[in-house]
Amino acid sequence: MTNRTVLVLLDPAGEVRSSILELLTIGRALGRVEAVTLESPSVEALAQLGAHGVETVHQAELPADLRGDARHLSGVVAATLAAAVRRTDADVVLAPSTFAAKEAVALAGQALGAGVVIDAAGVSEDEQGRIVGTKRVFAGSWDTTSVVTTDVALLTVRANTVVPKPADAAVATEVEGFAVSVDAPLPTVTQRVPVVRDAARPTLEEAATVIAGGRGTGGDFGPVEDLADALGAAVGASRDAVFEGWFDRYVGQTGVTVAPRLYIGAGISGAPHHRGGMQASQVIVAVNSDPEAPIFEICDFAVVGDLADVLPQAAEVIRAHKAAR
Amino acid sequence: MRIVVLVKYVPDINADRRFEDCRVVRSPGEGTLNELDENALEAALRIVDSLDDDARAAAEVVALTLAPEQGDLALRKAYQMGVDRGVRVTDDALAGSDYAGTAAALAAAVRRLEADGPVDLVVTGMAALDGLGSVVPALVATELGRPALTFAKKVALADGVLEVVRETDEATETLTAPLPAVLSVADTANTPRMPNFKLIMAARTKTIEAWSLADVGLDAGLVGDAGARTATTHAAPRPAKPEVELVQDKGEGGKALAEFLLRHDLV
Repeated sequence: MTNRTVLVLLDPAGEVRSSILELLTIGRALGRVEAVTLESPSVEALAQLGAHGVETVHQAELPADLRGDARHLSGVVAATLAAAVRRTDADVVLAPSTFAAKEAVALAGQALGAGVVIDAAGVSEDEQGRIVGTKRVFAGSWDTTSVVTTDVALLTVRANTVVPKPADAAVATEVEGFAVSVDAPLPTVTQRVPVVRDAARPTLEEAATVIAGGRGTGGDFGPVEDLADALGAAVGASRDAVFEGWFDRYVGQTGVTVAPRLYIGAGISGAPHHRGGMQASQVIVAVNSDPEAPIFEICDFAVVGDLADVLPQAAEVIRAHKAAR
Repeated sequence: MRIVVLVKYVPDINADRRFEDCRVVRSPGEGTLNELDENALEAALRIVDSLDDDARAAAEVVALTLAPEQGDLALRKAYQMGVDRGVRVTDDALAGSDYAGTAAALAAAVRRLEADGPVDLVVTGMAALDGLGSVVPALVATELGRPALTFAKKVALADGVLEVVRETDEATETLTAPLPAVLSVADTANTPRMPNFKLIMAARTKTIEAWSLADVGLDAGLVGDAGARTATTHAAPRPAKPEVELVQDKGEGGKALAEFLLRHDLV
């Protein structure tokens, strides 16, 4: 533990999701953790931040024309992060590895002349106290270590990097406003429809267990959802299945990149695109009727069979086990 | 209308991708045009296709890459799809560039192209399949002082105003900006055209202009290892997984699956 100041981006500020709790846990190991928002945090969010040791939330006071939907534009978030770093003399900025946050962090790094690590799978410090990010690259087949050589380090961190833990003692959380001006040319947001989240399921980005369905589902995601319900898992698809219109979000190197504790691929062959988005998962399970499916080369456990038979049977055993607990 | 498409020469994702001395190996024969840049080329060519005859005749689509000589392969593919001009920026000083250095060099090359006339639009793919950072398009936009419309799944241009629809993790958004602007397109934006025989033949002999950092007027200290604010200090292949436990379903496959999960405390 040092006297570093670590800023964690909280956008949106209505709830503190598990990926943010992970960042707060990582941040506390590096120094004192503070949060940065672009809107008022909810009462629930403040309580969670307090439980995780955040004494101060720095809330951007944006120009009037940027207080609406435009506040989520990466140029606005970047200006906020850069201003927050200057105001607090912060040493580290942590944000989740969403496409929007990645852009914002990179742009803030550009404004600050500071080093940026995108998609870190771990954050630590070296013997000289420099911030180090580890990454899993090339579809999770290589591990790399990058050291940030500037005084300020900005990182986006993938979900499921650490198990979130509250601070030893909860603190009272104060919100402090600070003025942010944005001089970068921005696009105009003419419409913004927020994604409605399924309250019954974890999100694909954050879930500890992910089940994805592919071409082998033939368009019927019923068995996939059944097993997901039994396991409390998030559901995703292969890119093929999304292009067929069978599901809305795909796991892949250009879709959602996941690295959960457990990944189950159902009726997914394991094309390079898909592998790039899930191969860093800790345990990989596959169900496919094709014994030659390439996904079998990278999994820990596999069933060659019809997913419409295998998944419901697995779900039933798991439900029975849970009921007996 | 002048459009610059930023393309990247990357190791083929089907090849054995690897590092040597903490650098990505980019050996000839295992590299290819970044697949997602085909969507960028397609978006640019469709914008030109939508112009009226006079405007189309006056339009120019330039494919630009930062790469060693073998990066020509990416530009040849761009020529096969129908671009008008291919430019490669090659300089030993570029080796080791981080996101900021890469963006600075690309922006300098775009400014160099502007010496012959304004560039209305810069188009990129949503990510490069080697680094997958997805941040260079936004950084290039800032370097050029232009708005960034990134991750577009729908692109429309009317009366000099670009409109895109995109899906972020949080929302579906419609963004607009007047040209000049920077656009990145998602892989769902379009289906890239197949090169026709005539263009494939013509691409073999098209000129590729090679520029150095000095040609684009950029200080070598801002790019490569000299300008980098991060350094990769370690790169190693992950240990191989133990042999897969493979079960043939003969009526008990689901049970075996559940038992595997329970045995490994994954339920």
